[in-house]
Formats: sequence, structure tokens, C-alpha cells
Amino acid sequence: MRTSILAAADLDELIQSLKAAGYQVIGPVRDDAAVVYDDINSATDLPRGWVDEQEKGHYRLLPAGDDRYFGYTVAANAWKRFLNPPRKRLWRVVRQDGKLQFIPESDSAPPLAFIGVRSCELHAIHIQDRVLIDGAHCDEGYRQRRRHLFTVAVNCTRAAATCFCTSMHTGPRVELQSDLVLTELLDEHGHRFLLETGTDAGHRITASLPLMPATDDDTALAESRINIAREQMLAGPRQFDSSGIHNLLFSNMESPAWDAVAERCLSCANCTLACPTCFCFAVEDTTDLTGDHAERWQRWDSCFNGAFSHVHGGSVRNSTRARYRQWMTHKLAGWVDQFGQSGCVGCGRCISWCPAGIDITEQLQAIAEGDAS
Amino acid sequence: MATTAPTTAVPPSPKARVAVWKFTSCDGCQLSLLDCEDELLAVTEQVEIAYFMEATSRQLPGPYDLSIVEGSISTPEQLELIQSVRAQSRFLLVIGACATAGGIQALRNAADINDYIRVVYATPEYISTLATSTAISDHVKVDFELRGCPINKMQLLEVINALLNRRRPLVADHAVCVECKLNGTVCLATTRGANCMGPVTQAGCGALCPKYHRPCFGCYGPKENPNVSSLANVWRSEHGASTAHVSRTFSSFNTAAPAFAQVARGNGTVNDDE
Ligand code: SF4
Ligand code: SF4
Ligand code: SF4
Ligand code: SF4
Ligand code: SF4
Repeated sequence: MRTSILAAADLDELIQSLKAAGYQVIGPVRDDAAVVYDDINSATDLPRGWVDEQEKGHYRLLPAGDDRYFGYTVAANAWKRFLNPPRKRLWRVVRQDGKLQFIPESDSAPPLAFIGVRSCELHAIHIQDRVLIDGAHCDEGYRQRRRHLFTVAVNCTRAAATCFCTSMHTGPRVELQSDLVLTELLDEHGHRFLLETGTDAGHRITASLPLMPATDDDTALAESRINIAREQMLAGPRQFDSSGIHNLLFSNMESPAWDAVAERCLSCANCTLACPTCFCFAVEDTTDLTGDHAERWQRWDSCFNGAFSHVHGGSVRNSTRARYRQWMTHKLAGWVDQFGQSGCVGCGRCISWCPAGIDITEQLQAIAEGDAS
Repeated sequence: MATTAPTTAVPPSPKARVAVWKFTSCDGCQLSLLDCEDELLAVTEQVEIAYFMEATSRQLPGPYDLSIVEGSISTPEQLELIQSVRAQSRFLLVIGACATAGGIQALRNAADINDYIRVVYATPEYISTLATSTAISDHVKVDFELRGCPINKMQLLEVINALLNRRRPLVADHAVCVECKLNGTVCLATTRGANCMGPVTQAGCGALCPKYHRPCFGCYGPKENPNVSSLANVWRSEHGASTAHVSRTFSSFNTAAPAFAQVARGNGTVNDDE
């Protein structure tokens, strides 16, 4: 790994270098009311000078009071939208002279470059890889997009109140492989990034950038900034020991805590759709009026939707209690049995984007308090 | 307002025969069908429009393969007409908030109809009406309901299409929130404290209002498994809404849908602290 310094004023050169290499560059932009990941053309598209305030069922964008590009934490949407789009056509079929002709989808989209991927998000992408690539049924489109993906990760130097990656051991420092990793530094020596280059692709993209050597002071400053985020979480209410969750949940399937949360839960599915690791989808067939053309589509689904568990005769999870329990036990326990790790990376999205303000860490606590075992 | 249904039998036609009926409504949902400009030609190639007063004065008698019914039941004549429509229709599709829940005119269900009549009409003695406005399914067996005020024309085409192709219509019963997330619309409830009805309202509109920064006002009626009292509690305790505001918000196009009615009338499981 090579470590160097990129002046904040030269950040745009990184974006232009990615574009010149043929990447579709996606990064944080300021929507009306939140930071979201979307296409970016230059560094001026980034939400410079804005921070997010996140709490249960609450998200606000506030002026940061400084010029940092990456002062916010995680965006409203997850990167999964670009790797595994919410709606995608799987194939088409045409009926002509009594014969069926199947037409597969071909993906000719340009390779993707993500700017601003946080440590928890890199973990989430790896978790989705286990499901969508390593499983018995590889999603070829996902595999292609994933194989060509370029990541510019960012170390968090500030945590939102809803962040708990320290509990899930997924951050705040980027430890999984990323082509590039940035740590934003802003002090009396100026506004700059500590840039770690982790791959050959990273070297190629940064070869033309005006980089300067990093000093030991720069590296130490970066670590101390990441520590600020770490300390914020360690001192917060969402710090807990996650080692026993699997057994805790599976030995409390009849806890009264499930009834209590079902009183509040709207079964609106926002948590699952905002979560960077949830991968469930529905498959839908459409026809034109003549029936000579048909298409098969895939779209995001959620275990909070009744139709999700519809089998012959009806849904097997009619109650909100059953649906909330499915989400939480799958995410935090069943996932471990299926994929060898937890399905939660502690990004806090399910907490902020729940219109009822339900907090998965509080629910864990409620179950632990009523622990029957 | 009352229409007499033609009853004589007709020779079988190779095309599916469709009738469109209006009960108490504003015509907006029927207009969605005429609004299918690009697709209308394709539709008429596949079906025969046998009865559709809004579009043509040609009236072919039943039976019909598909009857599309707009509007609620609010007059004595309609009580009879809907039975006759049902008897002549193989498949009965009801469209819009009026036909599926009684519509905005069902506000009368919780009031005294005579008070309304006296206030609205100069000569109340000419008015013959029922005390309530009710959904079609309160009177006859309904084969499929399309929600919305008005309905989404793409959903209407989808149901006709599915019927012609003998497949299940793709009409989801989950929350509007799902469409917001699929669209990538940032949530108004969590970023602005908006009293958005999306979490308890059925999808189908494509989360149209939130897309334009307006909270959903529930025109598609309750989603499956709605938790209306929890949403009302959030509005009151987190967004500072008054009980009157909550009740007013639920008192619109779907006021008589059972899940909304409990909150619209200010009772149910919502704590009344005012
Ligand atoms: S469960 Fe919640 S905190 Fe965990 S990864 Fe999903 S959205 Fe983030
Ligand atoms: S929590 Fe629900 S939506 Fe998410 S992956 Fe599991 S079953 Fe699917
Ligand atoms: S936990 Fe919150 S976001 Fe998830 S379904 Fe329930 S109310 Fe919706
Ligand atoms: S804006 Fe309304 S409909 Fe959209 S996600 Fe938020 S609560 Fe749901
Ligand atoms: S968002 Fe709500 S009010 Fe607006 S069209 Fe859709 S269902 Fe109707």
C-alpha cells in the first residue's frame, strides 16, 4: 500500500481521472433534504460543508460550519441500488408463428466507480457478494458490475448518533480492500486527503494526480480523526457486545418484546429497503395486450410485505409481529447460519429511516432484558 | 343518475365484451380509461366496448365478459342497478376510492344526511338518497378492486391485460413507502416530520405525491395489514399533530375504509388527549 497526500483542491482531478478511464462515477450529492448517492460529474457536486443529524425516525441536513467534503456519514440510500438495481428486466420472450423466442438481457453499462464508500458499506457490499455471487445461484449481472467496480473508500472522522459499526466490528476504519482510501484532514496545515492506494487499478487512476508524500504527522492525524468517530460510538447508547446475538434471538422467539414492537411497527418495509445488505426481490411476469410479448422483471421486495410470504392459499406471515421477527432474526441470526456472518453492519439506516422511529439496537436490548434462557 | 341496464342476450362475439358503469362518482376514474390515448387503440382491438356512456351512446345489451364499475352506492336506484350489473357480468372490476370505499361522499356516513341535504339543496324535498355512501363490495361480490382517487391508468390497463391473457394482475398491496424507496425518493416523514400517510396506504400510484415533495394523503386507501393507530400516535407524539388534525387527514377519499374510519372518527385505539 502506498500512502500520499492529495490536496482538497485537487479532488476533482481524481473524479476526472476516473471518468477519463471510462467509469460511471457515483458519489454523494445533496438532494433537497438528505445526502444521496447519485451520478457525479465533478467535485462541485459533492455535499461540501454539510453534515447529517440522524436519530430514530429522524434525518436532517445541517451546515457543517467547515468545508469538509465528507463530513456527513452514510447517505440515505445504499450502494446496492447501483449494483443490484431496484427494478431490472431478466429476459423477454416473443411468440411468432406459434414459436417462442427467448431474448436474454445483455448488460452493456459502463463500469462503476463509487466515491465515498464507508467502512460499514464496504462490509455490506462484501456481504451481498456472499449472497449474490457465492451462493448456489449467481446473479450474473451483479457479478459483472461487481467485478469491474472501483471503490474510493472514505474513513469516517465523525459518527452519526445512529452509527454502531464499532458494535458490529465493521468500522470506522476501512480495513477491507479498496482501490483507494481517503481520510479527510482539515487543520492549520490546510485541507487535504491522506490517500492510501491499495490496488493496481488504484495506482493507474492516481498515476496522473498531483500527489505529495505523506508525513508521519499526516498519518497520525488521520488516525486521531478516525478515533474521534470511534470514541463517539463507544460512548454512545448503541455500543453493545454483539457476540451472543445469534443465540439470544433464537432462544427468545416467543419474547413479549416482539408483541410490543408489533404495536408500533407499520410493516412499511422502509428498514429493509434502506438496509445495505437486504437482498430480497420479487419476480414478476408481464405481457402486452396481445400476449405475443412477455417480460420477466425482478424488483426489490421485503419480508414486511404480505405478498412476500404468500404461498398457496395466503401469506404465512400475516401479523406484524411475525414480520418484524423475521427481519430481525434473519438479519442478526439466521444470516450467520446461512452466510457465515451477521447481516448487519451497523450503518443505522433502518433506525433513521423508520417512520415509526423503531431502533433495532433498542429491540435487541428489550429482548435481552426479557431473556428467557 | 340511475341507468337501466340492457338485459337482452346477444350472439357470442370473439372479442371480450366490456361495459363501463358509473354510480356516485366524479367520472375521474372512467376518464383514466379514455386517457389511455396511446394504448386505447390496442385495447379496442382486443375488446368490444359494449356499454360506456361516458365515451359513446352505443349501448349493447349484456351479458358482459368484464364490467368496470366506478362510483359508490348512494341512492335507492343504485341498489337495484348494481345487482343487475353483477348478474350480467362474468368479471366485475370496481375502480377508484368511491367504488372501493364509498369515496369522499361517505363523510355523510358519520353525520346526519338530512343536515347535509338542508345545507346543500334549495329544495331538499326533491332529493332521494340513502343515508350512507357505500362500496360496491358491500352489495355484490366483486372480483377485483383497483384503488386510487383517481386510479392509475397503467394499473387499469394491467388488469384488462391480465384478464385477456388469463394471468394474475400485477397490483401490489404493500405500502406507498415501497415505491418511494424503489424510486429513490427521500422520505418526507423522517426528513421533515411530515404527516405522510404512505406507511398505511396501498401502493399503485408510483409514490406520486412524495416524488413532488407532498406527503401522501391516502387516496389509495389502506394497505394490507395497516397499523393506522401507530401512525397516528407518531404524528401526535413526534410531529406534534393535534387529534383534530389526525382525524381530518384520515377523513378524505377513503374515510369509510374500515382501517381509516377508526382514526377518521377520532376513536379507535388512538389516545384522546385533547
Ligand atoms: S440492519 Fe440496520 S444498521 Fe444493520 S446494516 Fe441494515 S440498515 Fe444498517
Ligand atoms: S431481513 Fe427480510 S428483506 Fe432483508 S434479507 Fe432478510 S428476509 Fe430479505
Ligand atoms: S421497523 Fe420501522 S421501517 Fe421497518 S417496517 Fe416497521 S415501521 Fe417500517
Ligand atoms: S415519504 Fe411517505 S410514503 Fe415515502 S417513504 Fe416516507 S413515509 Fe413512506
Ligand atoms: S402518494 Fe398517496 S395521495 Fe398521492 S397519489 Fe399516491 S396514494 Fe394518492
